[in-house]
Amino acid sequence: MNIALRTPALTSAEVESVRAQFPILSREVNGHPLAYLDSAATAQKPNRVIEAESTFYRESNAAVHRGAHTLAGEATELYEDARRTVAAFLAVDENEVVFTSHATEALNLVAYALGNASIGRGAGANPTAAPYALGPGDEIVTTELEHHANLIPWQELAARTGATLRYIPVLDHGGLDLEAAAHIIGERTRVLTITHVSNVTGVITPLEALVPLARAVGALVVLDACQSAPHLTLRPRELDVDFAVFSGHKLYGPTGIGVLYGRAALLDALPPFLYGGSMITTVTMERAEYLPSPQRFETGTPRIAQAVGLAEAVRFVEEIGLDRIAATEHALTARLLHGLARIPGIRVLGAENSAPRVGLASIVVDGVHAHDAGQVLDGAGIAVRVGHHCAQPLHRRFGVTASLRISAGVYTTADEIDRALEAVASIRPFFGLADDATAEAAQP
Amino acid sequence: MSGLEQLYQQIILDHSKHPHGVGLELGETTSHQRNPVCGDEITLALRWDAAHEHVEAVAWEGAGCSISQASASLLATLAEESVAEGEAWTPEQLTTLIDEFREALRSRGAIQLGEERFGDAAALSGVSKYVARVKCAMLAWVAAEDLLARRGA
Repeated sequence: MNIALRTPALTSAEVESVRAQFPILSREVNGHPLAYLDSAATAQKPNRVIEAESTFYRESNAAVHRGAHTLAGEATELYEDARRTVAAFLAVDENEVVFTSHATEALNLVAYALGNASIGRGAGANPTAAPYALGPGDEIVTTELEHHANLIPWQELAARTGATLRYIPVLDHGGLDLEAAAHIIGERTRVLTITHVSNVTGVITPLEALVPLARAVGALVVLDACQSAPHLTLRPRELDVDFAVFSGHKLYGPTGIGVLYGRAALLDALPPFLYGGSMITTVTMERAEYLPSPQRFETGTPRIAQAVGLAEAVRFVEEIGLDRIAATEHALTARLLHGLARIPGIRVLGAENSAPRVGLASIVVDGVHAHDAGQVLDGAGIAVRVGHHCAQPLHRRFGVTASLRISAGVYTTADEIDRALEAVASIRPFFGLADDATAEAAQP
Repeated sequence: MSGLEQLYQQIILDHSKHPHGVGLELGETTSHQRNPVCGDEITLALRWDAAHEHVEAVAWEGAGCSISQASASLLATLAEESVAEGEAWTPEQLTTLIDEFREALRSRGAIQLGEERFGDAAALSGVSKYVARVKCAMLAWVAAEDLLARRGA
């Protein structure tokens, strides 16, 4: 976050010009202007992304990587341009970028490719995947704060291969127990899979303390970057991870597309996950030879229009600059956390953790279920997420079943944060739980 | 009355804070229902008379949002009232009641629950305008329906 402190935040005028590009932000909800504070679930889309996707359908739609006609050539070029744009965004090679349907599929792709390696399948005739085979005695290490998408595929991989799934526990303040991690990651560890940013606390994972532990024992490192890609500069190579995944729709891009970065040598060695068309060279009735990556992992007609839309979203983010987005969100996060701390009966999950975080906070309202609390905000035109946010183990660790998550995006204003704070302060009074201090302390 | 006040009528807030019918007995036949979206949980039992022909009581335990908890409490209250009035539900009557309740809740505000038939539970009419909350209100009623189905009603 040092970058965030050095770089100027967006000015109000700049934020307004960003907001003007998002048509949905001008609508009303329940008689109030929409305050969209659910970008961690999915971000809104700027006109240019909507236009890029629909222009593709209107002007260039064709199947890619096949057919010799002009449109097929154009579509292929746009699709591969999108890959180059995403590769440059991550500062990796284009053959290291695989498009998937979503981040969940990207994580499953890695888990299933390792699973297929474990039953002796290779990338083709050459069994180069043997070194990545997992079996009894091997360990896969994850953490207690993962999104279910970075937990369940590994539970299943462990079940299929006989490997053991272990996890780094979470401390009371919501941070990872790094001392425990040093004991858990060891000679038996073959894979460390970990989130870059918690989707519940917003805290950035101290990768610099964890990745070297995995490297020291030769384990693969998988990074779930869904909550970091929209908020901070993502450089998988600098982070020294083997795989990184993120979703397009949280990065102001379309739904239906995810990205997998994989180190070239690994993608070339691992067997496919899904099998069928678009990923083969020669097929007989008995067997098939597979294309090199990334095509080997993009079975079936790919997400062409979505890739084109995602590339436009990446250009949108790059033109603003992720360092400036981070600086802007840093100020909003401080305003949000400071404001929440002053409201009686509100617990911010992981508030005691002083580690750097992105623009989101999950709260528990004393005496009010998250679903009811969220309804009060919805009534005020404020969109937030309620529930367990696909992180049941972490909620259990915090001793709650559900929370209310407020999350910012590039278009979020200080005024919207203040509206959310005011609405949060009104929750307990609405349900008859006000204490005398509430009204006074609620002023942001 | 604002939309929010229509949803959270005083009857609903009272029932969620002081629920009726809470307390299951060990070994009782129950139906456990969950709303995975928000983690609401209801475990519910239908207690039958000796002849196994009429519902004597609805008992339940649960945790979750005020709508889900109040709805379970209101169902239990409605059962108490039917017994007190000498009109304890047969399986068929309860099935019809659940169907009517579901139809109203899914009507997006078009159908109101009648007080004559639903008593205080009519206050749940406001839920039908909130599509995301219909499942919360249905939870206890779905549990009752599940028990009726298992009974072979």
